[in-house]
Amino acid sequence: MTPVINLSRRDVVAGGTVTGLVLGFRIGFRTLPVAAADTPASAIFVPNVYLIVDDTGLVTIVAHRSEMGTGIKTGLPMVLADELGADWSRVRIIQARGDPKYGDQNTDGSRSTRQFYQPMREAGASARQMLEVAAAHVWHVNANDCQARNHTVVHVPTGRQLSFGDAARVASTLEIAPLDHMELRFRPASEWRYVGKPLPIIDLGPITRGKAIYGIDATLPGMKYASVERCPVYGGKALHFDATDALTVPGVEQVVEIAATPIPSGFYPLGGVAVIANNTWSAQQGRQKLKITWDLGPNAGHDSTAYRARLEATARQPGRVVRNQGDVDAVLAAAERHVSADYFVPYYAHAPMEVPNALAHFADGKCEIWTPTQFPQSARMTAAQVLGLPVEDVTVNVTLLGGAFGRKAKSDYVAEAALLSRRIGAPVKVTWTREDDIQHDYYHAICAQHLEAGLDAEGHTSAWLHRTVFPAIEATFQPDVTYGSSGELQQGVTDLPYAIANVRCENGPAANHVRIGWYRSVYNIPHAFAVCSFTDELAHAAGKDPLDYLRELLGEPRKLDFTAMQVDYPNYGASLDAYPVDTARLRGVLDLVARNSGWGNRLPPRHGRGIAVHRSFLSYAAAVVQVAVSGAGELTIPRVDIGLDCGLVVNPDRVRAQLEGAVIMGISNALYSNISIKQGRIEQSNFSDYLVARTDITPETHVHIVESSAPPGGVGEPGVPPIAPAICNAIFAATGTRIRTLPIDPVQLKAT
Amino acid sequence: MQQIKINGALHSVDADPQMPLLWVMRDILGLTGTKFGCGIGACGACTVLMDEQAVRSCITPLSVTAGHEIVTIEGLSSDGTHPVQRAWRANNVPQCGYCQPGQIMQAVALLKELPKPTEQQITDAMSGNICRCGTYVRIRASIKSVAETF
Repeated sequence: MTPVINLSRRDVVAGGTVTGLVLGFRIGFRTLPVAAADTPASAIFVPNVYLIVDDTGLVTIVAHRSEMGTGIKTGLPMVLADELGADWSRVRIIQARGDPKYGDQNTDGSRSTRQFYQPMREAGASARQMLEVAAAHVWHVNANDCQARNHTVVHVPTGRQLSFGDAARVASTLEIAPLDHMELRFRPASEWRYVGKPLPIIDLGPITRGKAIYGIDATLPGMKYASVERCPVYGGKALHFDATDALTVPGVEQVVEIAATPIPSGFYPLGGVAVIANNTWSAQQGRQKLKITWDLGPNAGHDSTAYRARLEATARQPGRVVRNQGDVDAVLAAAERHVSADYFVPYYAHAPMEVPNALAHFADGKCEIWTPTQFPQSARMTAAQVLGLPVEDVTVNVTLLGGAFGRKAKSDYVAEAALLSRRIGAPVKVTWTREDDIQHDYYHAICAQHLEAGLDAEGHTSAWLHRTVFPAIEATFQPDVTYGSSGELQQGVTDLPYAIANVRCENGPAANHVRIGWYRSVYNIPHAFAVCSFTDELAHAAGKDPLDYLRELLGEPRKLDFTAMQVDYPNYGASLDAYPVDTARLRGVLDLVARNSGWGNRLPPRHGRGIAVHRSFLSYAAAVVQVAVSGAGELTIPRVDIGLDCGLVVNPDRVRAQLEGAVIMGISNALYSNISIKQGRIEQSNFSDYLVARTDITPETHVHIVESSAPPGGVGEPGVPPIAPAICNAIFAATGTRIRTLPIDPVQLKAT
Repeated sequence: MQQIKINGALHSVDADPQMPLLWVMRDILGLTGTKFGCGIGACGACTVLMDEQAVRSCITPLSVTAGHEIVTIEGLSSDGTHPVQRAWRANNVPQCGYCQPGQIMQAVALLKELPKPTEQQITDAMSGNICRCGTYVRIRASIKSVAETF
C-alpha cells in the first residue's frame, strides 16, 4: 500500500522510495475525500482522485463517468490533460469503479461535461502548479518562472527542463500549500492543445479489433450463465414452477427462483425463475422448458389502446395548472381564429444493442460485480441492499456500455446477478435476451397532449393552452403518483419560450401500469413534438412561413423569468444565472440551421422541409428536415440539417457524432418504434417487430455547431427532440397531411 | 466433439451441434469480439464470415460450420490494419462501438463481392445491421472510402 501525504492536513510523510501525494480539493460545493484505493504500486504522485503519475511519467487519468457512446471517457480526460500540460500520447485512461469519492457518477441527463468540466480543470491545474513548485524547488528558482507543458516543466528564463516523472517524484516529497489556499491559474484557451480539437475516442482501436470489453464480455473462472424468465405482466409473480424438463437440457445445472419485488419495484429485480447453465445458450434453452404458473397481478388488464383513449380524454379536461399568464380563456374565446390539435407519442423501449447484463461474484460475505452501468454508485447500493451487505462490501467495476440511452441507469439486472451468485455460490453472469429487454424495459412514457391557440386578425398568436398527460417516472418508485413532477414538466411545457401574453400549461393525472424510465431526451420527446408541430400548424393557419413565424414567436432576445411567472423550474439542476432560458440562443441556432439548409429554396412536388427548435438539457437545438413522399406513401428523408448551441465544445467530433446519432434516434421515434400492450403483456418481442431506424433511411446529414464560450450544456440528448416534429412539419409541407400521432402511420402518407 | 476452424485455427468443441456458433465462440472459445444483439438474425451484431460470406452467427448452428472457414473480427487482420478497420478509424465511426464488429464484417463481405458498391448496394448489404447509436452516415462514408482505393 502506498503511503500518502494529505496536504490539506499538512502531515508530510516523506523519505520512502515510493510516496504518493494527495490533497483534497473542492468539487462544486463539496470537498471530496481523496486517496485512490486502486492506485497502482508504481504511482508516485496522486494529487487527486482523477489523476495518477507514475515513476516513468506516465499520466493515468481516471474516467469516472460511464462510456456508453458519447465519448465522455475521452472528453473529460482531455480537459484535465490540457490543464496539466500532459502529452496525450503519454496519457492512459482507466475507468473508475462506483465510489462516491469521485463525485456524481450517474451518467445521464447530459450532465457529464456540464458538471465536471470545471472540476477537471481544477484537478489538472492544481496538479500542474504542484509540479511547477517541485521543479522550482529542484532549481532553487521562483515557481512563477516554471511552466508545465508537453509533459515537461520548463524554467522559462533558462530553458531548463524537468520531465513529469522527475517533477512528480520531487512533488511527492514536498509540503505544498493545500489547494484550498492555492490560487489556481487556468490556461487561456489559446494554450489548449486538446479541448476544442476532434480527438479520436480512446477505445477506437480496441473497438475496431473486437478487443473492447463490454459487460457482456466479462468472464471469471468457474463462471455460470443465467437466463431469467420473468412474469409477462409488470407486478406479477411466480406462484409455482416445474423445472423438471429444463433440468434435462444439456448444460443446465440448476433452476432457482428470484423473489418478486412488490410494485412499484424501482431499481429492484422484477423476480422470476432463473436457469443456471454452463453456457448462455443452454440457459436460454432451459428457460423455454420451464413450466411456470404466474399470478399476473393488478396490471393484467392493461391495454395501451384503451389507455391512450383515457389519456386523450383526460387531456381534453382541465388539469393541474403549472404555468399561467394573462387570461387564456377570455382571449381564446375572443380570438379571430381558434386552432386546436391533439398529439400522441407511444411507449418506446431503449433497446441498446448490448442487452442488460451483469457478472457478480459473491464470496466471503462480499460481492464484486462487473457490469455496463450508467449509474455505478446506485448499482453498488442496489446490490448491497438486496444482499443485506454494507455498501463497502460491494465493488462495482464499470465496463464499456454497448449503448444505454437511460436503460442502464437502472440496476435491476445488477441485483439479479448479485442475488444469483450468492444463491449458487459461484460467479454468475446474467444476460438478458432481446425479448427480455423489449418486454421488461423501463419504458419511455406514453403521452397524450391537447393544445389550443388563438390568433388575432394579423395572425399573431394571442393565447396558448397546453395540456399534457403521461405516467410519471416517479411512479416507478413510489405508489399512487399520478402527476408529473416539475422536472418532467420543465421539459418542453413550462419553459415555452414564446412571446405570447396569455399562456396556460396544465398536467392531467395518469395512473401507471408498467415501469416508466428516462429514455434519451425523456419528456422533451413528446413535448417538443407537440409544441413544434403546433407552432407549424399556427404558422400555416396564419398564412405565414414557418421560419418567419417561429422568429416572431421567439420575439425580442430575452431570458425567461420563471420567478415572475411563478413557475417551479428546476432547469435540469443548474442555476438560471449560469444557464438561463435565452431566446437569443434559440434564435441563433434556428437561424444558423435555416441559413445552411436552403430553407425557402424551391423543391420538387411532394418534397417538403420542416423546421423545429427546442431547448433541452441547457442546450439549444434546431433542425430542418427535408422529406420526399411518393404517391404510394413511401417516405424518404434526403437531407437533415441539425444545429446545436451547447456552449463550450470539448470534442467537436463527438458532438457531431451525437447529433448524427440524434437524427437517427429521432427518425426511429418518428417513423418506426412503438411499444403496445395487451392484457398487460408487451406485444413486441425483438427487432423483428420493435422497429428502429436502419441504414436505408439514413439522410444526408449536415451538422452545424454554434461557436460559443458559454458554460458547457448537454450534448447527448438535445439533438433528438426537434427531429420528429421537423419530419412531420416537412410531411405537411410536402403533402398537406398533418401527422399528430407517432409513429407515423404510412397509410396517412398515400396521395388521395 | 466437433472440429471448427476459426481465424485459421482448428478447435475441437464438445457442444450440442445445435448450439449457435455465436455462443460456441463467446462462451466456449472465449472469442468475445462477436456480439450478441437479438438471437434471431435481425440485427447483425453477431456477423462473421463463413467462407468469405457474411453469416449471422446467432442463428448458425455449430453443426453447419463443419468444413468451413470462419473469420471473426479478431481474425480479420493481425493488427487491425484491414482496409475496412482503417477506414472505420479514419472516419471515427464508433460511438458505443458494440455493433461495429458486426458492421465491419458485413462491410468486408460486401466489398469482397462488390468492390465499388453503389449507394443502393450499400443499403441492401448493410440494412440488416442495426446501430442504435446511429453511426450509419459514417459507416456509409467508410465503405465508400475503401471502395475508392480499389
